[in-house]
Amino acid sequence: MSTFRIGGVHPQENKEFSAHKPIVDCPLPKKATILLAQHIGAPAVPVVEKGDKVLVGQLIAKANGFVSSNVCSPVSGTVTKIDSIVDATGFRAPAIMIDVEGDEWLPEIDRTPDIKRDCTLEPKEIVDKIAAAGIVGLGGACFPTQVKLLPPPGKKAEVLIVNGVECEPYLTNDHQLMLEHGEEIMIGIQIVMKALGISRAIIGIEKNKPDAIKHMQELASRVLGVEVKPLKVKYPQGGEKQLIDACIRRQVPSGALPIEVGAVVDNVATLYAVYEAVQKNKPLIDRVMTVTGKHMEKPGNYRVRFGTPITEIIDFAGGIPDHSGRIIAGGPMMGRAISNLAAMPANKRLSALLFMPENESRRHEPSNCIRCAKCVDACPMGLEPYLLAQLSARQDWDTMEKHDVMDCIDCGSCLFTCPSHRPLLDYIRLGKGKVGANIRARQAAKK
Amino acid sequence: MQKLIVSPAPHVHNNDSVRKNMLLVIAALLPAYVMSVIEFGWGALITAAISVAACVLFEWLIAKFLLKETPVIGDCSAILTGLLLAFNLPSNMPWWIVLIGALVAIGVGKMSFGGIGQNPFNPALVGRVFLLISFPVQMTTWPRPLGFAGSYVDAETGATPLALLKQAVKNGDSSVLEQLPSLWDSFLGVMGGSLGEVSALLLLIGGLFLIITRVITWHIPVSILATVALFAAVTGWCGALPEGITTAEYVALTLCTGGIMLGAFFMATDYVTSPMSNWGKIIFGIGIGVIVMVIRTWGAYPEGMSFAILIMNACVPLLNKIRPRRFGEKKK
Repeated sequence: MSTFRIGGVHPQENKEFSAHKPIVDCPLPKKATILLAQHIGAPAVPVVEKGDKVLVGQLIAKANGFVSSNVCSPVSGTVTKIDSIVDATGFRAPAIMIDVEGDEWLPEIDRTPDIKRDCTLEPKEIVDKIAAAGIVGLGGACFPTQVKLLPPPGKKAEVLIVNGVECEPYLTNDHQLMLEHGEEIMIGIQIVMKALGISRAIIGIEKNKPDAIKHMQELASRVLGVEVKPLKVKYPQGGEKQLIDACIRRQVPSGALPIEVGAVVDNVATLYAVYEAVQKNKPLIDRVMTVTGKHMEKPGNYRVRFGTPITEIIDFAGGIPDHSGRIIAGGPMMGRAISNLAAMPANKRLSALLFMPENESRRHEPSNCIRCAKCVDACPMGLEPYLLAQLSARQDWDTMEKHDVMDCIDCGSCLFTCPSHRPLLDYIRLGKGKVGANIRARQAAKK
Repeated sequence: MQKLIVSPAPHVHNNDSVRKNMLLVIAALLPAYVMSVIEFGWGALITAAISVAACVLFEWLIAKFLLKETPVIGDCSAILTGLLLAFNLPSNMPWWIVLIGALVAIGVGKMSFGGIGQNPFNPALVGRVFLLISFPVQMTTWPRPLGFAGSYVDAETGATPLALLKQAVKNGDSSVLEQLPSLWDSFLGVMGGSLGEVSALLLLIGGLFLIITRVITWHIPVSILATVALFAAVTGWCGALPEGITTAEYVALTLCTGGIMLGAFFMATDYVTSPMSNWGKIIFGIGIGVIVMVIRTWGAYPEGMSFAILIMNACVPLLNKIRPRRFGEKKK
């Protein structure tokens, strides 16, 4: 059984709460708040004004530059305000507010459940359609998908690696999506293969989802060049570099992109969105997310329109469980703890809402480092977290840079595994910010 | 709705703790300890009790009154240091010498550097070597394994297999060979020696338990044992052994006697004083193996495990310059 070759940890999976729960549509909100920065890169620029009527699927904000993404309206109604809100992490974020009226869709969107298999578009047209639909990587990074489909000159893609790993504990949205929409995902895979001009795709799925492996294997057996690779369960296998290593045993060098080893990685949810955009003309306006927790009343997998306030999603799923101490946007390893429920609308990045019971919500008191090297063994990038944390505490940014701090992928394995409960990743993140700023300053000075 | 708790990711932990690791090591030592109680009787009980109690007490006193910080004896590391110190002492040790050993181990070896995680040398070995140099007679007179029939205060003593082995190899004196315990006895541990050195088998079981429970990794013990075995085998192949002992017997006796097993699995693997990277650990182990065999073969002492580990402890900051292989780094 394949897996990535350096480090890794085994958090408790806790997927049973929402696994195999059919995808349910969350009701439309009365007021929607649509963020303009739901992706990596520059925020989108609004193309509507206050008072405009919009339809579902209509472009409301345009990509600003190469690495940016369109935002299409997830609801129909009237634009009431274009302003910034304080988001759940405490930063100001630009957003468009819409009062929802009915559910009127753009006429060209095909809302029938029929599966449309044939795609006669040219690669260029496919990429343009994906860009127009505002599709970003739905695995968590939210990198604009069309950028990945346009390899820089001199680089050639050889294989599409499909991320069906879902290595974060608790999360089941990708799993359920594969079970319910495997066929559409398979068509999405073929579309992306066509856009890239390649003939090989590998779907990586961890073996804790045997039904998804079986289902996708059956579907893949009918398609030339697509294979399913069952993977050993290990976190962070869903990390791009780790997944490439697990699937084709090539390691992306420090600082490079997957295209360096001929790979393009897309999440199953992203490929489902590609199918919808290219075949059904439906832009990215909703996503499937897991709402879960040990004491959740109705944990499950919900299809949510972007802009829906999370309080409404929570109410639909049975409300906040008693004795919740921490609410996480995303998975428990890499998600963000929410400080202000009122401030957060659903968006492309929000893959899950997780409610942790009070008694699991607090970090333990840190004690002295005992140099057990468990963080070194756990780090999937082969770094020395104990050393980086020490250097960061001493504000020795230059030495941190020499010890490859910029390779850190933020997976949290070091902090997860530390028997002294030291806040290793907090220190490393601080250093990464400083070192990154230093590197940018040096590059600016050179120009 | 109560207040929400926030902190950066990750939001879960594997619930490992320093205390859990220390307790697992203590558990792994218990089978060998039971064996020494059976063999050495009251001596084993009294020596270990004094050593453990003294280590915990000294750590608490020093933290509270000298360093003026909150004592962290709850992590159980002082109990482990006390137990390991006792394992390194003959079972008929006078109680006040044990107390001095505990004071040096905890006071000098550990707390003077700032407590857990800060000490460069293995505290139990600092205590042991201090006693070995200060009280050479008491530290090298081992009682015979007579169980509770033997007396704690004036036990009948005898030469250990290691001393006999050294005499045989260094002086080519094969007449002492017949006093050696049989291979089987030395593997099970029916022989004289320090409290915790006797049963190679039970220490091996404890060590494997620690590897399986992921408290330690295989790198240090395997590299030490392999180096020692190879060194002993080469000694045999070079014809340096006297009549009456084969190379295989010599290798087996070397591995099963003295502090090799205890040192390889429990002392050298001490988190604080061993290297961080896997290659660092392997070099560390090889260094210990070579030094212990050099001392055993040519040195003045019959056993050199504690010196070997302490010398390699001093090399750890240097060995930590060895980086683990980074993701995506080309093999040279």
